[in-house]
Amino acid sequence: MSVEDLVVEARGLVKRFGAFEAVHGIDVEVRRGESFGFLGPNGAGKTSTMRMISAVSTPSQGTLRILGLDPATHGPTIRARLGVVPQEDTLELELSVRVNLEIYGRYFDLPWSEVKERTRELLEFVQLSERANSKVDDLSGGMKRRLTIARALINRPELLILDEPTTGLDPQARHLLWDRLYRLKREGVTLIITTHYMDEAEQLCDRLVVMDQGSIVAQGAPSELIEQHSTREVVELRFAQDEHEPLRASLEGFASRVEVLPDRILLYVNDGDEVVGQLGRAGVNPASTLVRRSSLEDVFLRLTGRTLVE
Amino acid sequence: MSDVTAHPSAGWARWQRSWWYHAVLYARTWRGSVISTAVFPLLFLAAMGVGVGHLVSQHAGRVQGLSYLDFIAPGLLATTAMQIGEGESTWSVLGAVKWQRTYHAAISTPLEPEDVLLGKLSWVGTRALATGVIYTVIIGLFGALHSWWALSLPLVATLIALAFAAPLVAWTCTLENEGALITFYRFAIVPMFLFSATFYPVSAYPGYLRPLVQLAPLYHGVALARAGADGHGSLGALSAHVAVLGVMAVAGLLWGRHTLRRRLVN
Ligand SMILES: Nc1ncnc2c1ncn2[C@@H]1O[C@H](COP(=O)(O)OP(=O)(O)OP(=O)(O)O)[C@@H](O)[C@H]1O
Ligand SMILES: [Mg+2]
Repeated sequence: MSVEDLVVEARGLVKRFGAFEAVHGIDVEVRRGESFGFLGPNGAGKTSTMRMISAVSTPSQGTLRILGLDPATHGPTIRARLGVVPQEDTLELELSVRVNLEIYGRYFDLPWSEVKERTRELLEFVQLSERANSKVDDLSGGMKRRLTIARALINRPELLILDEPTTGLDPQARHLLWDRLYRLKREGVTLIITTHYMDEAEQLCDRLVVMDQGSIVAQGAPSELIEQHSTREVVELRFAQDEHEPLRASLEGFASRVEVLPDRILLYVNDGDEVVGQLGRAGVNPASTLVRRSSLEDVFLRLTGRTLVE
Repeated sequence: MSDVTAHPSAGWARWQRSWWYHAVLYARTWRGSVISTAVFPLLFLAAMGVGVGHLVSQHAGRVQGLSYLDFIAPGLLATTAMQIGEGESTWSVLGAVKWQRTYHAAISTPLEPEDVLLGKLSWVGTRALATGVIYTVIIGLFGALHSWWALSLPLVATLIALAFAAPLVAWTCTLENEGALITFYRFAIVPMFLFSATFYPVSAYPGYLRPLVQLAPLYHGVALARAGADGHGSLGALSAHVAVLGVMAVAGLLWGRHTLRRRLVN
């Protein structure tokens, strides 16, 4: 792989806020044309990382190249080729949907006729044409989100950076956005996404990293991560009794890992149906059983823990 | 998907694009303000200049050799310029760096924090200049201009506005909440408006208070505007007034580069 194929190349990237270190020296490589995900619990350092990759926030330490350039010296050139959807919408609430896009187009110094044309196209793209003249303040949260996404596309970026793009969107809008992101990807746009929705990450990301407390704890394609950190299938058992912990010992022999949750017990296994048969023969009688494939969510929870650590 | 994109074609400097944003924001959100910019001085000069002026002429005759109208009309121009500088640089800036974060949005584009700062201040300057022209014409209609130096009044207004705006933008960028802005307005702007020898001469104060008045930046703005309207003034005194305001504007600009970058980029 040649260097030009790396859209983002970070080595030992650190971000400190005063004495607090939010990102602890991570290495990331994003290739041209792929869609790359950052997963991690709240406070993991995803946004801090995204802001550095957007050539907005300065790394406290480490080296960073974006589109082959150093953001410390080529910030404006890099940003001219990026699209950024920040975690919080940073729209001008007092102005209309259309004017918000026009101002942004102006920031990129696009000719006026081009700004008009792209504004029209993008409003169509995110299905906001009918609200073009509404004040942004009057839009619903999901509509604002869609406008922020449209705004990030006004300069036809090569690299699109989306920090939780679908938070607050209804299922229709989410699927609309996924569809739009596929289309952009087909056109060759590189995508970097953070999300808290594991199904979204599985759908959208070719490769991803899981961050926890400022460090990368796992990386790979979603299927690789499932292979590495979980079993092929999961058996979910529910029992009539409230106390699950005493059952653990009797189940441990059936699975490579047993996880006891308040409402159910998970058995990590390779062949779920076979294990269910074995359980029946051994006289274990759950109130209900469910066999499903392992998902990225299992991996995520395994790696970052089930309890909220704030 | 990237053809024209990366490379700008219309050829505006980056700070000019931010100027345009501020101009659009003003034009679209303050439609009423454009009209009141012209109506307010008309009312003010009619009430204070003609009305109170009548009273003054009956009791004291002239103020520093000027009719009362001639005396306060330049003061009105100077205080208005201060209000533009202050009004554009406090709440709206805190909103843009803290609440709505529109300045964060701007620096996700090719713009740098310095471009946003220059865009803001050049817009303040533009607004003050335009207001200065309108006020100068109106003051002229009231017959309170007595020299071709009056042509400099719009520039005086611009200088005053920038002398306030530049340091205030810089300072606002360091704030976490609006409390300090409220305090600043009550304890700095309002007293300055009242006590900067705008409505009566500095000789109205006892001698030991005069130096205090002369510390107020607005005092220098008012003095400069009065000299412009009237055409009299010593070169030394006028240079000092210009220097005070100019230093505030330049120092504010340099300080703002630092604070805005810190606020946006950290
Ligand atoms: N400007 C800042 N000043 C001080 N601390 C900060 C700042 N920005 C982020 N942090 C801290 O850095 C840590 C990482 O924050 P970050 O926003 O990167 O997390 P995140 O992974 O995006 O979380 P979330 O999923 O909640 O969006 C948090 O502990 C946060 O409090
Ligand atoms: Mg975040």
